[in-house]
Amino acid sequence: MSAGLQKELHTLGVAELGRALAAKTTSSVEATQALLARARADTHGAFLVVDEAAALASAKAADAKRESGAAGADHPLLGVPIAHKDIFVTQESATTAGSKMLEGYKSPFDATVVARLKAAGAVSLGKLNCDEFAMGSANENSAYGPVRNPWDATRVPGGSSGGTAAAVAAQLVPAATGTDTGGSIRQPASFTGTTGIKPTYGVCSRFGMIAFASSLDQAGTIARSAEDCALLLSAMSGFDERDATSVQRPPQDFHAEMLKARDGATAAQPLRGLRIGLPKEFFPAALAADVGGRVRAALAEMEKLGATLVDVSLPRTELSIPVYYIIAPAEASSNLSRYDGVRYGHRAEQYGDLMDMYKKSRSEAFGPEVKRRIMIGTYVLSHGYYDAYYLQAQKLRRMIADDFQHCFQQCDLIAGPVAPTVAWKLGEQGDDPVKAYLADIFTLPGSLAGLPGMSVPAGLGEGGMPVGLQLLGNYFAEGTLLHAAHALQLATDFHLQRPKA
Amino acid sequence: MPLTPEDVSRIAHLARLELSPTEGSAMQTQLNDFFKIVEQMSAVDTSGLEPLHTPLSAIGNVELRLRPDAVTETNNREANMANAPAADEGLFLVPKVIE
Repeated sequence: MSAGLQKELHTLGVAELGRALAAKTTSSVEATQALLARARADTHGAFLVVDEAAALASAKAADAKRESGAAGADHPLLGVPIAHKDIFVTQESATTAGSKMLEGYKSPFDATVVARLKAAGAVSLGKLNCDEFAMGSANENSAYGPVRNPWDATRVPGGSSGGTAAAVAAQLVPAATGTDTGGSIRQPASFTGTTGIKPTYGVCSRFGMIAFASSLDQAGTIARSAEDCALLLSAMSGFDERDATSVQRPPQDFHAEMLKARDGATAAQPLRGLRIGLPKEFFPAALAADVGGRVRAALAEMEKLGATLVDVSLPRTELSIPVYYIIAPAEASSNLSRYDGVRYGHRAEQYGDLMDMYKKSRSEAFGPEVKRRIMIGTYVLSHGYYDAYYLQAQKLRRMIADDFQHCFQQCDLIAGPVAPTVAWKLGEQGDDPVKAYLADIFTLPGSLAGLPGMSVPAGLGEGGMPVGLQLLGNYFAEGTLLHAAHALQLATDFHLQRPKA
Repeated sequence: MPLTPEDVSRIAHLARLELSPTEGSAMQTQLNDFFKIVEQMSAVDTSGLEPLHTPLSAIGNVELRLRPDAVTETNNREANMANAPAADEGLFLVPKVIE
């Protein structure tokens, strides 16, 4: 390969790289080396671990498999470099979940998502920074330092999958895994001008994904196009007997679903017949003008492609904030009770009795946001408060999910902004956690309902920062989502805009 | 009713956390700020509604899947204990519990 082309390997997406590998215009080793060099030189704090030896070994194995002729068109990820959010446990490198609690933790097994991508031939370059136990929306809660936004290093990349979003936006990897509990894939994708998808709850296995809020946690991916998301999601997803809430459905080819033409579609109008619902609560007067403007402009493009916009309502959008911030911390306080300094994780140096050991170990190793959520969760589950808070939140959660079902009688997809503003400056939210919670308003309803959602780039807003269009589908409508996002990306170049180096 | 410093200490104990006086008072302020936005929840009439514990039960009955009661894992004790802060001969070590 010529030196000129090799320099450009980092600009290739998953599908393009897969085609270049199949055509043997490059090799996995060559692509992996090029991206490892970029990961090493990265100044955004995206990677926590760059595992060069393991990456090169997988790349060599991928090249050998292709050389042997064992690989066909069915292996679009063979030899393609990716990376994992550090919330997925991996045998090869340490897994921290962004917490001091798990510093140096080595898992005896791979997460199912990790194992499946490995089996598909993807080459992992290492582990990506994230908010501690995925609790945060700015990646400022990582015990290993913040992540900076590649579009403007003074701004946050979003969170909790901030390392994932920054690595993809900075072209360190063409795609990476993330997790979304209340918006942790969609919001960082929006803040970094990347494309992210969180599938329906239960589509990707949670086995080996360090638990935050088990009824909400869902794995997904961030890439630079809907097509690349589809390729990764096909490999990551599917039933897993090791996850009690994994849905028993046959494996899905999301790439094929993305390409499948709609009934009545034409070349000029691939979205003909698609009804996109706009909840009035997603376009409040307080919505930043740049965000509202970009989102409406992207929707106008979808209209040109044949989609119809319809007005709908999600009347409990604002209520989803307290409902989520009751339920998620309740589940977190229960899940994080496992960190007791006995079987794994941090143990204090100095302590008295067993109770003191628990308290000191946990207090030394958990960061402030994790402690806050454990406190909220413990309180709302405690005797005398359970009914008023936790149970009431679960009932409201049903109302929120029912509201969506009502909407989906009038539309096929729901659209709105991902976040009320573009990425904010590091440290801007100071010591006011509630302010950060309020900014999650547009992603929480879909999370509570367990619906699939995407963030699709919609152009640049204030300060030249990216704005994301949120698309939400009904249960298991990932194909419809990906098809619509792909159609938009074929007709526009929002997703091709890159940060200045 | 806003949480008092005593409430915060009681919850911290239940959560097995030890908060410094500074942490405790910041926590009190932040939790009380948070519960202000929670108040709107109580105004909604949810009588007769089933709580939604897992999202897919919004569209159908979700049953917990059971597996056959058979041994599927092999003995992997060393790897499973490799992360223990203190272990000896296959046992996790903790401070003396019974006097």
